[in-house]
Amino acid sequence: MKYKSLVSINDYSKKEILRILDLAAEFEEHPQPQLLNGKVVATLFYEPSTRTRLSFESAVNRLGGRVFGFTDSSSSSVTKGETIKDTIKTVSNYCDLIVIRHPLEGSALYASEEATVPVINAGDGANQHPTQTLLDLYSIKKTQGTLEDLNIFLVGDLKYGRTVHSLLMAMSHFNTTFNFISPKELNMPDEYKLHLDKLGLKYYEHLDFTEIISRADIVYMTRVQKERFSDPMEYEKVKNVYVLKNSMLENTKSNMKVLHPLPRVNEIHTDVDKNKKAYYFTQALNGVYARQAIIASILGLK
Amino acid sequence: MKKEGKQLSVSAIKNGTVIDHIPAKNLFKVISILGLDKFDNQITFGTNLDSKKLGKKAIIKVTEKSFIDDDLNRIALIAPEAKLNIIKDYEVVEKYSAKLPEEIIGIAKCVNPKCITNNENVTTRFLVLSDNNIALKCHYCEKITDQEHMEIQ
Ligand SMILES: [Zn+2]
Repeated sequence: MKYKSLVSINDYSKKEILRILDLAAEFEEHPQPQLLNGKVVATLFYEPSTRTRLSFESAVNRLGGRVFGFTDSSSSSVTKGETIKDTIKTVSNYCDLIVIRHPLEGSALYASEEATVPVINAGDGANQHPTQTLLDLYSIKKTQGTLEDLNIFLVGDLKYGRTVHSLLMAMSHFNTTFNFISPKELNMPDEYKLHLDKLGLKYYEHLDFTEIISRADIVYMTRVQKERFSDPMEYEKVKNVYVLKNSMLENTKSNMKVLHPLPRVNEIHTDVDKNKKAYYFTQALNGVYARQAIIASILGLK
Repeated sequence: MKKEGKQLSVSAIKNGTVIDHIPAKNLFKVISILGLDKFDNQITFGTNLDSKKLGKKAIIKVTEKSFIDDDLNRIALIAPEAKLNIIKDYEVVEKYSAKLPEEIIGIAKCVNPKCITNNENVTTRFLVLSDNNIALKCHYCEKITDQEHMEIQ
């Protein structure tokens, strides 16, 4: 595959998505600790995201590559006013691949235009976080055996949650039925519903999910944050509706799995953790395999 | 150009360019995009003229100056119905309609304060979405800027 950056999940076709997931499975089964020998990856984290950074660094290390970079711009030349452009141009000289996380939206795309090496977006503000989506897809495929014809429940903040938007876009290749469960204030934006309409995919909107959870193949939880409500009373009214408890899993399908992008606050009660249907910790481990696949593919090594 | 009474509410010119069918509320934006405020040529304009299509329209007449397609397409963003007439000896010799390009580079501002283009020196780039009302989708942050929030740089 010709090298290209991964900035948005929409950069990948259905075929490319499936190829990455197959590769991830290959790395999970057969670790290849020499594949990135002699390769250097830069991780530029303009805001701290320890979880994502460690996952990337683990992926590179497990393939035998080397990593350097910075985390949190306060410790770097960025505070001296260096532009992204200059940093990217400079760092391009030192590595084979750049992983960037930046709070400004569109920053990763801009970086990919200025870089002379491929760029992976590890989150650009509220915009895109495509490696999260690919690890979500890998988790779904691994637990369900397929991505086709599934019933996916997206729960919580569907308005601002970039992970659910990207997941929706990616899953829309696979004849998915969607159930959107959120307070009115945090409904799925129209543009995504229009996208599904155009494809002729089914989706349903609900305020609550205790009654219907038995239909789900995947329950994807996100956090409902107080700050998102203009009226604090509205938050108080709904805050317990979007919390998953172990008792709610009783009559769910045997293949059903609970996913969450982590970190969790209180939207999944800890009593769910020991349930076999709780998959969010393994999901995080899958991130390493998915990122190995993405890196190896972008570098043209697979 | 048909010489109707309405057209004559701003006096005719001998040689130059007439830009017609500008939404009245965007007249001053058009002036600024075309840089007319820095011109030495004689310019007359009329605004709040009645228009069947636009409600209230504006018209600009610039003497001794021919604009090119590119200029016109730049104003298409805020004056999609605009017509440009090249006048020689009081006669229209050429006519152009504004045509919105598929991509707008460097004219408009992204509505998203967290967009990279509003924080670093990056030239803006938008995909033009035109169903009924024109909207711009930012190439960088993917947010949509609608007509109401459109700001010209
Ligand atoms: Zn933008």
